[in-house]
Amino acid sequence: MEKELKYIDIVEQPISMHPKKFALWLFLVTVVMIFAALTSAYIVRQSEGNWLEYELPEIFWVTSGIVLLSSVTLQWSYVSAKKDNFVSLRLGMLLTVLLGIAFLVGQWYSWIALVDRDVFFVGNPAGSFLYVFTGLHALHLISGVIFLIIVLISTFRLKVHSKSLNTMEMATTYWHFLGGLWLYLFMFLLLNH
Amino acid sequence: MATASVAHHDGAVHDHHDHEHHDNFITKYIFSTDHKMIGKQFLVTGIFWAIIGGFLSILFRLQLGFPEMNLEFLRPLLGGWIDEGGKLDPTFYLALVTMHGTIMVFFVLTAGLSGTFSNFLIPLQIGARDMASGFMNMLSYWFFFLSSVIMFISLFIKTGPAGGGWVVYPPLSALEQAIPGSGLGMTLWLVAMTFFIASSLLGGINYITTVINLRTKGMSFSRLPLTIWAFFLTAVIGLLSFPVLFAAALLLVFDRSFGTSFYLSDIYVAGEALPNTGGSPVLYQHLFWFLGHPEVYIVLLPALGITSEVIATNSRKPIFGYKAMVVSMLGITILSFIVWAHHMFVSGMNPFLGSIFMFLTLIIAVPSAVKVFNYLTTLWRGNLIFTPAMLFSIGLVSFFISGGLTGIFLGNSAIDIQLHDTYFVVAHFHLVMGSASFFGLLAGVYHWFPKMFGRMLDARLGYIHFWLTFVGVYMVFFPMHYIGIAGFPRRYYSWTNFEFSNMYTDLNMFVSVAAIITFAAQFIFLFNFFYSMYRGRKATQNPWRSTTLEWTTPIEPGHGNWPGEIPTVYRWPYDYSKPGAAEDFIPQTVPLSQTPESNLPHEQELVKLELEIMKDEAEVLVANESKH
Repeated sequence: MEKELKYIDIVEQPISMHPKKFALWLFLVTVVMIFAALTSAYIVRQSEGNWLEYELPEIFWVTSGIVLLSSVTLQWSYVSAKKDNFVSLRLGMLLTVLLGIAFLVGQWYSWIALVDRDVFFVGNPAGSFLYVFTGLHALHLISGVIFLIIVLISTFRLKVHSKSLNTMEMATTYWHFLGGLWLYLFMFLLLNH
Repeated sequence: MATASVAHHDGAVHDHHDHEHHDNFITKYIFSTDHKMIGKQFLVTGIFWAIIGGFLSILFRLQLGFPEMNLEFLRPLLGGWIDEGGKLDPTFYLALVTMHGTIMVFFVLTAGLSGTFSNFLIPLQIGARDMASGFMNMLSYWFFFLSSVIMFISLFIKTGPAGGGWVVYPPLSALEQAIPGSGLGMTLWLVAMTFFIASSLLGGINYITTVINLRTKGMSFSRLPLTIWAFFLTAVIGLLSFPVLFAAALLLVFDRSFGTSFYLSDIYVAGEALPNTGGSPVLYQHLFWFLGHPEVYIVLLPALGITSEVIATNSRKPIFGYKAMVVSMLGITILSFIVWAHHMFVSGMNPFLGSIFMFLTLIIAVPSAVKVFNYLTTLWRGNLIFTPAMLFSIGLVSFFISGGLTGIFLGNSAIDIQLHDTYFVVAHFHLVMGSASFFGLLAGVYHWFPKMFGRMLDARLGYIHFWLTFVGVYMVFFPMHYIGIAGFPRRYYSWTNFEFSNMYTDLNMFVSVAAIITFAAQFIFLFNFFYSMYRGRKATQNPWRSTTLEWTTPIEPGHGNWPGEIPTVYRWPYDYSKPGAAEDFIPQTVPLSQTPESNLPHEQELVKLELEIMKDEAEVLVANESKH
């Protein structure tokens, strides 16, 4: 029914951003909206009283440090990719993946710390919210780690270099965003718990 | 300009050359990445849901209009939901109302409307080969399909589908023991909605990216057809509001299945105290309506965009106030996010907050009135051609006015105390959001059917369909205003036992009969749709003598839309009946330099610039040709 068409020309792109990168930014907007909804729900609920007071697990300071460090290593790796320095590119990526996993383990220990001080997922919403924040963020972070591992594998296939940075740039954007998101959540909790 | 177009020979280009088109049945009709096929998939699925959703409403209208009726004849279909005495089961009635709302709002008027026309029209009208990501687009449809399957299965389970109303307010929806409809049906509802949200977001991200990144040469934002503006802003609204529904649903899932207390506090069910403390059901309402209100505009804006296009084309006049239309749509987009609490005036919210939301709500009347004014002034003294699409568009304007006016009543927090949760509300939103959007959907199908299937819909059947539906809709919803003002509450299974409502038997019977006739009239359309797909009159390339880009493609465009180069755009999309021009329309692809007889003074000045650009591009083209 439909005819085969031959193409001779080129898709014009009025703005210079790669469509996939642009789509990633839009995806980040949706993640922002989810957490904006949850954190504002937290404030609304908190203002109604009957709110459990407890200390935040100290390990959050450690995991925040880890996530900051992982952003630094990834940035280093990205700069290396720009300069076609493959050894430090791979090393940086590997470090970032390991730090990402370390962060997730740290978040797990924060849950153990919460249980130790009798703050459970089931109970007063003050505690439940904390589990939801950390859990949902960890879920996104796992997707980020998977993304990084995919990029890491492609660095070994020499698919990431100064002329082909799109995937690498997207992974970097996503990872920095997730780190920033965690820092926002942590600050928010420090200010509002 | 020249360097820019040479520089972009990477990425997206090669995708097209790489996979040569060896379409088999599966890649062409099922796992298609062609935006046109995906649009048609959304349309057909939407039509399927519209039949189901409409049929469910007929079932509960039977109960409301004929409370004494013996429904034994429905037993083969509904089985145990018809009791011994031939009456509809009350819990199933609640499920019917819930599912009717859910299906119509999300599956028909969001996926069926936005999904169909954003997919189908965005690349065609902006001059793109396809969406930014065909794969994501395919995924969007298949998430929607999965969501549909789950929601459909929930209709047939033993405890019945979700029954807490389409807004699924906790604690009713959170406690399985509350009503049968809060059991497995509710779980399936939440799972289905999760997939639906994923589908909407995938689609929305694609629409926005495509509109921003893939417009053809010359297609500036000020030359976009109003349909594209509408789809674009709809996608923006969806992108910002659907994640919030996801957050609300997530917390509801935790409350239902994990025992948390986000929305639950101090509840007794059947004399037994539940352990949940500290939750807030109003919290859910805030989160839900932060999506729920923008959702109204997700449903309505595409219909308004389609109407702009159809009315301008069939009035043979430029749309009146193009910029005002864009600005008012932008205004509606922004306002839609800051009015949600007008759904909660009687939920125990601070009355001062109510006054603020009332004020913001009433402001929406301004951009809405601007739009109505522009539709009417476009029609004013135009050379009207009453195609079925045109009739449905005018019908939309009618519903938008009559349903919009009652919105001003409901937006007042004091009057809302009387009218809240009555049939007045039902009448209001069925006119302004339900019927208006549905008419936009139908107008779009009638208008773009030739582009979708290469054949024309039968106009005579279209006229019959229009008049039956138009009159039918008013006969169904107009009387509801009266019973609503009298205090008749919505969602009630039985009303004959109450002093204040038992005198409305005749009115309810009238409404039910009108509903059945209106529903039956839709089968005329269904016949027309499927018959014309195969047997309809063959379409010409530009049957409505329209200016926009989709009519410059072949009658049945292949994957890639234009054989050869994508056309360049030289003018806005509404050059109808331009004084001096030979024809009463000038397509967007005609350069100003070719129409000196009809150019306005400021356009004549642009001709020189245009000729320069064209000269540059001819050089680039020659350079490209030698490369290939």
